[in-house]
Amino acid sequence: MADDDVLVSARGLEVHFPIRSGGMLRRTTGAVRAVDGVDLDIRRGETLGLVGESGCGKSTLGNALLRLVVPTGGSVTFDGTDVTGLDRRALRALRRRAGMVFQDPFASLDPRRTVRQTVSEPLEVHGLRSGRRERGERIAELLELVGLDPAVADRYPHEFSGGQRQRVGIARALAGEPDFLVCDEAIASLDVSVQAQVLNLLRRLQRRLGLTLLFISHDLSAVRHVSDRIAVMYLGRVVEVGPAAAVGADPQMPYTQALLSAVPVPHPSLERTRQRIVLRGDVPSPAAVPSGCRFRTRCPYAFEPCPDVDPALQPVGAPGQLAACHLHGVVGRPVRRAEEAVPAAE
Amino acid sequence: MSAPLLEVEDLRVRLRTPRGTAHVVNGLGYTVGRGETVAVVGESGSGKSVSVLALLGLLPARVATVTGAARLDGEDLLTMSPERLREVRGPGVGMVFQDPMTSLNPVLTIGRQLVEGIRAHGEVSKAEARERAAGLLAEVGLPDPQRALDRYPHELSGGMRQRVVIAIALSNNPSLLIADEATTALDVTVQAQILDLVAELQAEHGTGVIWITHDLGVVAGIADRVLVMYGGRCVEDGTVDDVLERPAHPYTRGLLGALPDLATSDDGDLATVPGVPPAPTDLPPGCVFWPRCPVRSDPRCATEQPPLAIVPTSHRDIGGGGLVHRAATWCEEGSRG
Amino acid sequence: MTGAPLPEPAVSPTATEAGVPSTARTSRPRWRETLVLLARNPTAAVAATVLLLIALMAVFDETLAPSGPNEIAVEDRLQPPSLEHPFGTDDLGRDILSRVVLGAAVSLRVGFLAVAFALVVGALIGLLAGFYGCWVDDVLMRFMDILFAFPAVLLAIAVLAVRGPGSGNTALAIGIVYVPVFARVTRASVLGVREEVYVRASRSVGASDWRLLTRHVLPNAAPPIIVQTSVSLAFAVLAEAALSFLGLGTQPPNPSWGLMLAEGRGFIDLAWWLAFFPGMAIFLTVLCFNLLGDGLRDVLDPRQRTLMAGSGR
Repeated sequence: MADDDVLVSARGLEVHFPIRSGGMLRRTTGAVRAVDGVDLDIRRGETLGLVGESGCGKSTLGNALLRLVVPTGGSVTFDGTDVTGLDRRALRALRRRAGMVFQDPFASLDPRRTVRQTVSEPLEVHGLRSGRRERGERIAELLELVGLDPAVADRYPHEFSGGQRQRVGIARALAGEPDFLVCDEAIASLDVSVQAQVLNLLRRLQRRLGLTLLFISHDLSAVRHVSDRIAVMYLGRVVEVGPAAAVGADPQMPYTQALLSAVPVPHPSLERTRQRIVLRGDVPSPAAVPSGCRFRTRCPYAFEPCPDVDPALQPVGAPGQLAACHLHGVVGRPVRRAEEAVPAAE
Repeated sequence: MSAPLLEVEDLRVRLRTPRGTAHVVNGLGYTVGRGETVAVVGESGSGKSVSVLALLGLLPARVATVTGAARLDGEDLLTMSPERLREVRGPGVGMVFQDPMTSLNPVLTIGRQLVEGIRAHGEVSKAEARERAAGLLAEVGLPDPQRALDRYPHELSGGMRQRVVIAIALSNNPSLLIADEATTALDVTVQAQILDLVAELQAEHGTGVIWITHDLGVVAGIADRVLVMYGGRCVEDGTVDDVLERPAHPYTRGLLGALPDLATSDDGDLATVPGVPPAPTDLPPGCVFWPRCPVRSDPRCATEQPPLAIVPTSHRDIGGGGLVHRAATWCEEGSRG
Repeated sequence: MTGAPLPEPAVSPTATEAGVPSTARTSRPRWRETLVLLARNPTAAVAATVLLLIALMAVFDETLAPSGPNEIAVEDRLQPPSLEHPFGTDDLGRDILSRVVLGAAVSLRVGFLAVAFALVVGALIGLLAGFYGCWVDDVLMRFMDILFAFPAVLLAIAVLAVRGPGSGNTALAIGIVYVPVFARVTRASVLGVREEVYVRASRSVGASDWRLLTRHVLPNAAPPIIVQTSVSLAFAVLAEAALSFLGLGTQPPNPSWGLMLAEGRGFIDLAWWLAFFPGMAIFLTVLCFNLLGDGLRDVLDPRQRTLMAGSGR
């Protein structure tokens, strides 16, 4: 099923950041395994929601897919081309076809550049619409597309509210007419009522422009609302993926179950009766990932094979739903004891 | 009915800013009973945080003017001498802010910070204070509290740090706990832990809690009563069921409609409240919500601020003092639709 | 209350969803705002005015000076200040006012040249070190550390010893001394800006390193460098005076403030005005550069700006 028109695909993707000791010699003493063996397909025209808690590597994964961070292992394919080994020119072409919307609209716009300068940057970089008039028209078109008055083009970011800034950020990401857009916590720093405006805008744009969206967020309700499919990340690994309705209603991985059960909903009667699965402890450090199943230190169902076999994604539940959990049958790579790195219990 | 723990009356806060005088809080009144949780809900700029900072005298006097009354156990916090206020703050009121890193001193161990707080408000020996500190850390669910005492804030995770801040806030058994977006920076699974923890401690000690948040889901889970703030005013208050299930003010309804719902999956657009909240330096005349209101129709909307009035179609008889459902809107019929 | 009223952007009715912008967060200042705020800071405004006058004096030195600065009139030697010679005359009967005016040109030229050199070279090194990090940073900054470790005067003397005295070489010597200062300030500022999301955002649309450096990093890293420039000008004027005092800088008979100070030293109990007026000129210039630097620091720091405006000044 993964073969039908996949736009972006990751295979065994790894991003490890070396931990260096201080001093002149800077020996590498370990690695933060931010992304640690991710397999993921993003289909053309879909919105894939990527959820997970802070530190699970979801942002790093988004950056690695766009090659904004260089993967240390595995591969990323964009529209059939392996982007892990692209030279500078080819990389620039990729930048035109894949854009990013960032979390903090106050930080992602250069305070010293007008909206026009910011939005026209991709046009300048890629030599698009090079005539002065043509470029002006394109900028006006982009601003209108995101619901801003083109008359504000010559204003500076500090004159705008958070929601409007985020619209400018979206206009910038769309300037190069990308096929693929990564929204990295794009609504996290906005007020509730403004979040809804931006969510609606993204959905409308996606339909209108036929975009493929990777919507990264810790907000499960928002992800559930915008996504066709949802991928859940835990400690650098995608542990469950599937159609949004299936993952949202009938999660198969204990972590997804806990995550969903922890999301408070604004209905007092539901909240009072709801069973919450409260997890023990904290997420282990990505510098000391537990052996085998990485969720086993907090999992209420952990049993014998969990420390010994690194679970692989296997089909469970609804069609197209995959989960990495031994409860559905022990599938995966056995851990060699010598490599085991069991973190001290916190 | 016994006197409430905290009674806020006609609280007003003005701040001098480069853009002129900001009317941040404009006549806020509410009560918090013992063991009760009152949620203050609002978007950024609604004045929800400033209103509690003002109660505790934590606003810079140079730029802030605070009027009104706030009686904690009958004693007015706003007219109190700074010395008395400092005495009250520890044992009377505990505070937990959004970012635990800002409330913890990075160069002191957790133990030192806890012990200092305990000893500042009571005649306790160092060893005794340390014992109590360890007990508090155990109470807030920190594993291995004895070892945690000798750790520095950066050695703990965000959730653990927030537990420490709660431990410090509770170290003197305050009668009132104020949590300002205390779980906003935390992951949902950790948030669930913290919410459970506060509920437990509250049940045990009978603490009154003011929970400031923008997350209506959190409110639904923990609050007894809700106060919705907009433009520095309370636009709606009542029991959590009344306000969240039967919102009477168009703004509350807009907020609830703007939330994507995890339980249902409709593919339609989310309802939005058009525009952005007003700047406190430039509040509209009349109803503060009027410029964004989808159901404005009354001629008074643009000119006259609607009073906080009892919602006439309340589904049941109006109970005792704190249980009234009130909303500040002219659009009574529209709000039903 | 004197908050600068910023224009609120108009939003067309078609964009009602986006709404009208409300309170904008105080962003980093732009040029005009900076000047307005600077003008509102009385100390900095006075300092800037005085410096402007000194600079004008230096530019129009020939026209302003009452008499030729090197005109010797032995019969008028060691005259105290009078109407004819407001600052008095020196041991060769030269008009001290004229020499102070001409000295301004020499002192300021050396100062400006030195700081310009240090600014260009230091900022470039700091920019590269801060932006690229890794070994580039290590190599460049260790080199700067070595340069920094030399006593400043010793370093300048060494340069002058190799290249010979003269105002051009003095400027070069002082410039070299200040290169590490600018490199460090720039690097620190760049390190902060480099991590800003807007730099990443710009990279994400395909901007080249050159573009990132010139369009985003340098403009946003500039404020501390501007402040450093002002403060360094003060030190450069002092350094020129010191080197000239030691006989390594400007060569007689050309006047420079430091040289005049050195020449006047021998007559200090006999004719105080010989050393006093050039000394005052140095004092005033250095003080004004420092005050201007402080003012710029306040104005260019967004947090400081809010406080200043908030306190109702």
